[in-house]
Amino acid sequence: MTDDMRTNSLRNGPNASGHFGDGLGGRFVAETLMPLILELDDAYKAAKADPAFHKELVFYLKDYVGRPSPLWFARRLTEHCGGAKLYMKREELNHTGSHKLNNVMGQILLARRMGRSRIVAETGAGQHGVATATVCALFDMQCVIYMGATDVERQQPNVFRMKLLGAEVIPVTAGAGTLKDAMNEAMRDWVANVHDTYFLVGTVAGPHPYPAMVRDFQSVIGDETKTQMQEKEGRLPDVIVAAIGGGSNAMGIFHPFLDDPSVRLIGVEAAGHGLDSGKTAASIERGKRGVMHGNRTYLLQDENGQITEAHSISAGLDYPGVGPEHSWLHEIGRAEYVGATDDEALDAFQLSTRTEGIIPALESAHAIAYATKIAPTLSSDTLLVINISGRGDKDINTVADHLGVTL
Amino acid sequence: MSRIARRFAALKKAGRGALIPYLEACDPDFETSLALLRAMPEAGADLIEIGMPFSDPSADGPIIQLAARRGLKAGATLPRLFEMVRAFRKHDNETPVILMGYLNPVEAYGMLRFCEDASHAGIDGLIIVDMPPEEAGTMLACAAENGLDIIRLVAPTTDDKRLKLVLSHASGFVYYVSITGITGTRSASDADLEAALPRLRKATDLPVAIGFGIRTPEQAAAASRIADGAVVASALLSTLAGTLDAKDRATADTLPKVLKQLRELAAAVRA
Repeated sequence: MTDDMRTNSLRNGPNASGHFGDGLGGRFVAETLMPLILELDDAYKAAKADPAFHKELVFYLKDYVGRPSPLWFARRLTEHCGGAKLYMKREELNHTGSHKLNNVMGQILLARRMGRSRIVAETGAGQHGVATATVCALFDMQCVIYMGATDVERQQPNVFRMKLLGAEVIPVTAGAGTLKDAMNEAMRDWVANVHDTYFLVGTVAGPHPYPAMVRDFQSVIGDETKTQMQEKEGRLPDVIVAAIGGGSNAMGIFHPFLDDPSVRLIGVEAAGHGLDSGKTAASIERGKRGVMHGNRTYLLQDENGQITEAHSISAGLDYPGVGPEHSWLHEIGRAEYVGATDDEALDAFQLSTRTEGIIPALESAHAIAYATKIAPTLSSDTLLVINISGRGDKDINTVADHLGVTL
Repeated sequence: MSRIARRFAALKKAGRGALIPYLEACDPDFETSLALLRAMPEAGADLIEIGMPFSDPSADGPIIQLAARRGLKAGATLPRLFEMVRAFRKHDNETPVILMGYLNPVEAYGMLRFCEDASHAGIDGLIIVDMPPEEAGTMLACAAENGLDIIRLVAPTTDDKRLKLVLSHASGFVYYVSITGITGTRSASDADLEAALPRLRKATDLPVAIGFGIRTPEQAAAASRIADGAVVASALLSTLAGTLDAKDRATADTLPKVLKQLRELAAAVRA
C-alpha cells in the first residue's frame, strides 16, 4: 500500500514534529541538543529512503543477528494452561540474547553514515548496553555505557560482558541509580560531546525521531510474526502479549498489527509489589502525562511534577516512563495495558523454564505471566503470541536470590 | 517597560554589564535561600536567577543536581518558591527575578495558573530548559498574557537559520550557553566568546547574557564586558555546599561565604 492510501492508518504516526495524537511525544530538549536532534531526523529520513541502507541492514540482521527468529508453538505451556494456543516469538535467540540488537544494528549503521566515531548509550538490565557494546566492537567504535549503580549490582554478568566487548561502563549514582538516572547521564554526555558522539537510545522513548526510529527498527519482530503465523495457521494471531518498560519489544511486535483490529494487543507493565503498592513501574496504569527525557508521555510522578522512583524486580522494566506511542495507543484504546507483579513474573520465569525449556528474561517473564493468566479464559482456537524479548541467563542470580538459593 | 528591560537599560547607561547570580529554591532550606535572595542585590546582583528544583535535571551538572536534590528534600515546591519571591518583593521592587527550570513541574502545576501566580509573585522572566521554541506555543501565550518574558537559550550549536527561529520567540534577554555541555563543567575562552557575540548581535537587539562555566571574578568581568551580562551559578552553589554541615544544613558560614564571593564577582564586573 502506498502512504497516501493509508490516510486512516494507525501506522502513520508521529507527525513531522514528532507528535502522536494530542501532544504526546515531541522534542523536549535543551537548545544545545535541538540542532542535533533535527540533524538526526534528517539523516534518518535519508537513510530510510535509501535502498542501500536497507540492504545493508537486512544483511547484518540475517548473518550477524541471526534473523528471522522462530515463532515457536509452546505445546507444553499450552497444555499446562488449557485454553488459548500459545506461541512464543523467540527474540531471545538473537545474537546477544534479546530483541535489543535489532534496533542497535539499525542505529549503528546510521551513526556510521553520519560519520560519528563515539557511541553513548543508557542501559537498565544491560541488554541494550551489551547489544551496543557488541556492534561497537564489530565496527570498531568507541563505546560508553551509562548504567545505574543499582543495576550494575544486580546485572553483574552483563556488566562484565560489556567490559569484555571493550565498552567503558560508567555507574550512575544519582537518584535510585537505575535506568532513569542512566538516561539523564547519557544525555549529559551527549550535550558535552556533540561533535563526535552519537546517542544510541535503546527504547521507543526520548525526543523525536527516537521513538519512531526505534519502533521502525524493532518492527521486524511483528513483520516476521505476521508472516510466520500465516505460514503456520493461515491467519492472523488473535492476541499479542509483550512486556513494557520503555516499550521497544512491545512496539516492535505491535506496530505491524495496528491496522488489524481483530488482533488484541496487550502490553504488560511491571506492577512491582502490586499496582497500588507504591512500588511499581506501571507508568501507563499509575502515571500521568508529563515531560521527561525529551518526550511527553505517561510518567510516574508526584503531585508537584517530580518524577518518582519506579520499582521492578526486572532492571529492564524499572523505568518511570514509557514510549509516547504506547501512551497514545492507550489513550485511543487500540492497545490494552495491564500489570504483572514481581512474584507473578518469578512464577512465570520458572513455568516457562520447566514446561518449554526456555529460560526467559525477567522482563519477558512479565508477558508470560499475563498470557498464562488469561490463556485459560480463552477458547482453544485463540492464537496468542508472547514476545520472548530476551533470555534469562543474566537473571539467574536475581532469581536464585528470590528463591532463597545461594549460588 | 519591564523590570528586566529597565535594568539592562540602566546598566547600559552606566557602561557596564549585569551580574546575574543563581540560587536554587529552598537550598538548603526555605529561610536560608530567602535570606540569600534578599541579600543578593546589596552584594551586587543586578538580576537574580532562581532555580526551580526538578528530580531529573538532565541539562545540569553535578553541582546543580545536588542543589536541586537539597531543595527538594527541604520541601521546595512552586507555591513555596512563589512565597519566597513575594517575601523578597516586599523590600525590593526593582531587581528582576528570573525562574529557571524544567517543564514537568510547570505542567503539573498548570501552565496558565503557573504564569498567573509567577507574575503575581513578582517574577519577571522564565527559562524553561527543556522547552524549545517548537514546543512553546501554549507557554508563550500564557506568559505574554501575564507580562512574563520567555528568555531563550542560544547554544554554540544553534546555526544561523535556527537562531532566527529561536530569537523570534525570545524576550527579556538572550541567554548564551557558552559551551556545548552541562552546567558547572568547562568554561569557554574569552576568544570563543568574542567570536560568538557578533553573530548574536546581528540577529537581535535584546541584551545578551552569557552563562555556563563562569566561575571566577575575571571570567565574570570578561563575559559581562563582551556581552551584556554574566550568569554565575555552579560556582556559588559549590561555595554554598561547602559551608553545609554533614547533614546538609546551613551553618553560620553559609550566607557570609556565598555573599563574600558574590561581592568579589560584583567588584570585578564593576571595575
